[in-house]
Amino acid sequence: MEQLVENLKKQIIQALKLEDVKPEDINENEPLFGEGLGLDSIDALELIVLMEKEYGIRVENANAAKSVFTSVKTMADYIAQNKK
Amino acid sequence: MERFFISDHVRISNGQFSKNGNLIFAEDKDEPFTQTIRAFYKSLEIQHPAFYKMDNLSKLGFCAAELLLKDHNQLSLYNSQEVGILLANENSCLDTDQEYVETIKDPENYFPSPAVFVYTLPNIVIGEISIRHKIQGENIFFIQPEFDAEFMVNYANGLLESKSLKAVLVGWVEFYQDKYDAFMYFASSEKSKQNTLEHTVDTIKKIYNK
Amino acid sequence: MSKAYISETNIITALGQGVSANIAAMLEGKSGITLYYDKEISTQSFYAARVDNALLESLDPEFTRFEKLILASINGIKNLKADLLKSPKTLLIFSTTKGNIDQVPSGKRVKLYDSCQYISNYLGNPNKPLVVSNACISGTVALILGKKLIESGTYKDILVLGADIVSAFVLSGFQSFKALSEGACKPFDANRTGLSLGEGSAAVWLSSEKNDQNPALFIAGGGISNDANHISGPSRTGDGLFFSINKAIIESETLGVKKEMIGYVSAHGTATPYNDEMETKAINTAELNHVPTNSFKGYLGHTLGAAGLIESAIGMYSMQQNILIPSLNYSAHGVTLPLNVIREKAEVDIQAMLKTSSGFGGCNAALVIGKE
Repeated sequence: MEQLVENLKKQIIQALKLEDVKPEDINENEPLFGEGLGLDSIDALELIVLMEKEYGIRVENANAAKSVFTSVKTMADYIAQNKK
Repeated sequence: MERFFISDHVRISNGQFSKNGNLIFAEDKDEPFTQTIRAFYKSLEIQHPAFYKMDNLSKLGFCAAELLLKDHNQLSLYNSQEVGILLANENSCLDTDQEYVETIKDPENYFPSPAVFVYTLPNIVIGEISIRHKIQGENIFFIQPEFDAEFMVNYANGLLESKSLKAVLVGWVEFYQDKYDAFMYFASSEKSKQNTLEHTVDTIKKIYNK
Repeated sequence: MSKAYISETNIITALGQGVSANIAAMLEGKSGITLYYDKEISTQSFYAARVDNALLESLDPEFTRFEKLILASINGIKNLKADLLKSPKTLLIFSTTKGNIDQVPSGKRVKLYDSCQYISNYLGNPNKPLVVSNACISGTVALILGKKLIESGTYKDILVLGADIVSAFVLSGFQSFKALSEGACKPFDANRTGLSLGEGSAAVWLSSEKNDQNPALFIAGGGISNDANHISGPSRTGDGLFFSINKAIIESETLGVKKEMIGYVSAHGTATPYNDEMETKAINTAELNHVPTNSFKGYLGHTLGAAGLIESAIGMYSMQQNILIPSLNYSAHGVTLPLNVIREKAEVDIQAMLKTSSGFGGCNAALVIGKE
């Protein structure tokens, strides 16, 4: 799980072009949206692409997306549960 | 007929960033654009994380506007709806279009990128500048084979004369396959202390072609 | 100062060629949005409104689909003579978001200007064409530009031409945005889930002279603005669009077209949850929510750079014929504020109309058309 969380942080930074952010700057339990990383709706869509590209998991609709992408930890949990 | 004035102008090309004819910042002209523009952005010492998400065209336009409006505060004279933006280029956002095509062309590796797709419209650079500087007036993106000073100056003057706008950012923001050229200026009825250049076709042609 | 009169219009859409034919189909409740299986566009089936290839067949295969759409539109302008097109007092204004996007990366005339110049040369026009590429407000902006250039006396006649095609590029992009409707789109409806893509073209001939038009329509006012809020989501307040609407109305009042005379609103109405909500707010702020309003996108899909032109052209015909066309796929009111969405055809005297548009990049445009 720890490795997954670490990988996820790096992938998020790359996918969302968070150039001034290092993996150690991201707390896996903190909300991704709202404050902190300042992610927006397009970032949410890119995270959906990331899920599919890196983990083969489809997040179909906006409502599922809200709970999956709450934090790095919720993303990691979702991947652990659903990875093919 | 009322006269209008250019308070500042900037040029970014070949690694050189100039304002009112003075070199402000320079990088090696053979350096890839992404590095050049990142170096310039960092030199600005501003906090605008959305910069990194932009495509090259928007980064170029954003930086041109930042260089133009830095330290002068011309915008504070007007409310957001009184200022507009007129930009043009030759290649639209073709560079970004090609980048987006890369994300969809291989059926085995098909991952259309929303973050790239959103930049596949040339006017998005206007959107980025508008958001950064809260500019809400008339804004149009034109496609021209080369910078058409005659059209842009006359159209901008028309907007200023009719009081549709009190000030306008006009420019050429071109990026394609690592070749870039941005020219941008600020025109209004105000004469600034630094510049008394009249906003005419001849003046703009002279400045652009220097 | 000259007025920018509308001499003639033509459109090519999924519902066919010509405004009159389009309206006839609309009044029968027909939609041009249908389910397609086309590997060139997508490996999976998709809903879209596409132009019948038969309408473009007679054009030289050397032209791309985008170019054929534009030329087919112009060909349908009956009273347009070749020497008017060739006159230096005639300007061509092009409006498109993606032009020959199906040709990218290495096909014909991938550069927008090349394609527009090619068409311009073919038509024999001696002036540099004016090309606008400003997301989904391009068509409305092109009409505003045309208005200004006629009024200033720079040109006697202006052909405003716009087109966009359904492409793998754009479809996949909107899919990645999860912005597409399941099925045909439902503007302003409670069950709307997104937009439907469409393709089409329009030719709007503006002239400084009334010609034989009676009643004569003219572009009375225009306004363009930017939300300065987000590059893809509309502002939640609708202030940007309201500002454009207000600007268009203030300008139209200088030509004798008063706000109270606006009897019809042709909305942008893309049927995304956010656009329709924002647009309704803007229309309410402008105090025009009681005015009969429709969106044509349930019939024609979202034709992007051509939308402002196609929809204005149909609106203009509505004004001439004094008919209100129902807004398709609207059953339950799905926006927070009131809006007088047209449910049934009606015959009313329309003295003036408002066209609204919004687009990616936070841009908005509005147009008022008056009648003499």
